[in-house]
Amino acid sequence: MDKFTRLTGVAAPLPMINVDTDMIIPKQFLKTIQRTGLGKNLFDEMRYTQAGEEIPGFVLNKPAYRKAQILIAGANFGCGSSREHAPWALLDFGIRCIIAPSFADIFYNNCFKNGILPIVLPQAEIDKLLDDASRGSNAVITVDLPNQEISGPDGGSIRFDIEPFRKQCLLNGWDDIGLTMRHGGAIDAFEEGRKLAQPWL
Amino acid sequence: MQPKTLYDKIWDAHLVHEAPGETPLIYIDRHLVHEVTSPQAFEGLRMTGRRPRHPQRTLAVADHNVPTTDRSAGIADPESALQVATLEANAREFGITYLPMDDIRQGIVHIVGPEQGFTLPGSTIVCGDSHTSTHGAFGALAFGIGTSEVEHVLATQTLIMPRSKNMLITVEGTLPFGVTAKDIVLAIIGRIGTAGGTGHVIEYAGSAIRALSMEGRMTICNMSIEAGARAGLIAPDETTFAYVKGRPLAPKGGAWEQAVASWRTLHSDAGAVFDHLVELDAGAIPPLVTWGTSPETVVPISGRVPDPADEPDAQRRAGMERALDYMGLRPGTPMQEVAIDRVFIGSCTNGRIEDLRAAAAIAKGRRVAAHVGAMVVPGSGLVKEQAEAEGLDRIFREAGFEWREPGCSMCLAMNADKLNPGERCASTSNRNFEGRQGRGGRTHLMSPGMAAAAAIAGRLADVRDYQ
Repeated sequence: MDKFTRLTGVAAPLPMINVDTDMIIPKQFLKTIQRTGLGKNLFDEMRYTQAGEEIPGFVLNKPAYRKAQILIAGANFGCGSSREHAPWALLDFGIRCIIAPSFADIFYNNCFKNGILPIVLPQAEIDKLLDDASRGSNAVITVDLPNQEISGPDGGSIRFDIEPFRKQCLLNGWDDIGLTMRHGGAIDAFEEGRKLAQPWL
Repeated sequence: MQPKTLYDKIWDAHLVHEAPGETPLIYIDRHLVHEVTSPQAFEGLRMTGRRPRHPQRTLAVADHNVPTTDRSAGIADPESALQVATLEANAREFGITYLPMDDIRQGIVHIVGPEQGFTLPGSTIVCGDSHTSTHGAFGALAFGIGTSEVEHVLATQTLIMPRSKNMLITVEGTLPFGVTAKDIVLAIIGRIGTAGGTGHVIEYAGSAIRALSMEGRMTICNMSIEAGARAGLIAPDETTFAYVKGRPLAPKGGAWEQAVASWRTLHSDAGAVFDHLVELDAGAIPPLVTWGTSPETVVPISGRVPDPADEPDAQRRAGMERALDYMGLRPGTPMQEVAIDRVFIGSCTNGRIEDLRAAAAIAKGRRVAAHVGAMVVPGSGLVKEQAEAEGLDRIFREAGFEWREPGCSMCLAMNADKLNPGERCASTSNRNFEGRQGRGGRTHLMSPGMAAAAAIAGRLADVRDYQ
């Protein structure tokens, strides 16, 4: 996966609560056997009419946000299914960072596996960022992962928290499986113990 | 020794590696795989030259894309056909057991796992599917994972994951007439909200939970994810052991005795500390339906569509207005006046034999309303076989329901079963999200008996009027 260090880009406001994974990428696009190519169908049913025409009022269809790389959203973002197609679609569209008051667990986890940084902030900070993001193409903000800091167009900055291990993985673009393979000895030992204690498993 | 919660016990028994500054590594005993969330994981293995560490710990079955009509000619939709064929080819290449579409054991992964005895108390179970929480009904730590994690489990039989917090939901008392496990879990989600369980594993306890069959317990744990919790747990007991005993993959003979002795220790200790406690009175739960586009939007069937004007929070109010607009409902409308077009009885939430019996009990000797299209989709081939042995298929057919082949079907509408724009459905599934059952489709969640009653009435109806 691609590393995530510093990102400066347009932030799009999506101030809805409970944005679910069916909204992010509807089921008809889950039939793919690839990870790529889902960006054009990101938020499909909010973004296009039944006939496939763009709905001009939807934020990512507005000229200022067509190349947004950051999304500012409402609480419980990514709730619903485990489909990793949701972060794949966001990534394929070009979004590398999502900032919201809270995320659903599986989606949150899936982001890190794909080099997307999900940031949790209190609602008051989100409101400020939504205000920044509403300035169209001037809504450029910088997300600085090493320093855990977001800076807005007015120069103010917001600190954010992230689990240290996840931070290291994003900064280095580490492959989880490779990391786990280093613990091969511990896995072998666990399995040996398991054979004695719970042979039925 | 410090008292432990059930979750802590299972977690500690599966901890492979833990170190400061690192996310823990836990062992995964069982892995279920379906066609939608696995192709990219197998492709990842191929690209890196990795092999599954223990192919026998994984079981594969296609469920999301399979047709529920006659299957003898295969799958008509080329994309769906390719996805299912890809699963079969991957299972063959990597030495994983695959239950083909024409196998009597085929069905929804979360119904197949328990039926086969693949799901066992005290084990860790994952699947690239959020409703993996279902298996928590056996006292197994079971949760949905993404495709990258599917690949990780295949390659290493472990997962990197942080420890969750503990939530205890106690439901005491006796369920009133007409109220089921589905109503309990809808009541819970209505109480704590769709994000109420985020970051937690929920343990369900209390006399009303212990009184439930395994089917009912699975319905409850299944919808833990709709309350934001990746996993739900119910301590195993005699009901659990009786269900598991004799299943094809369950331990046999001496191993069975040894396993049961170990499973009897799977409960939260007296004095174990939970981060959150929630209590519900079973006797106060009425039959429930949802009115909106989030599973937390529950209302008694005797109630009315709520009014956003009563919601003080602006963002929530906007959400309610959007939901009412999508659902085509006006505030104040009695729920029982809401006319429906379709009925879906099935899914990993309510596609088991007990669910079909409950629906058939309402359907028996009655007729589906003329304007309603109603379908019953058994959760697996074995559920279908059992239902047919009991004559339930005849009851449904005579009442005007369609009797289908097993699969996920219109719970998420990846196959041909879907709502048309504007159609309203009484559904026993788990999600009423916008577009979930088809673009523009309107979903009301409820129990199987309630869905059958709605089919007869042609509108949302109170199951108690039909019993």
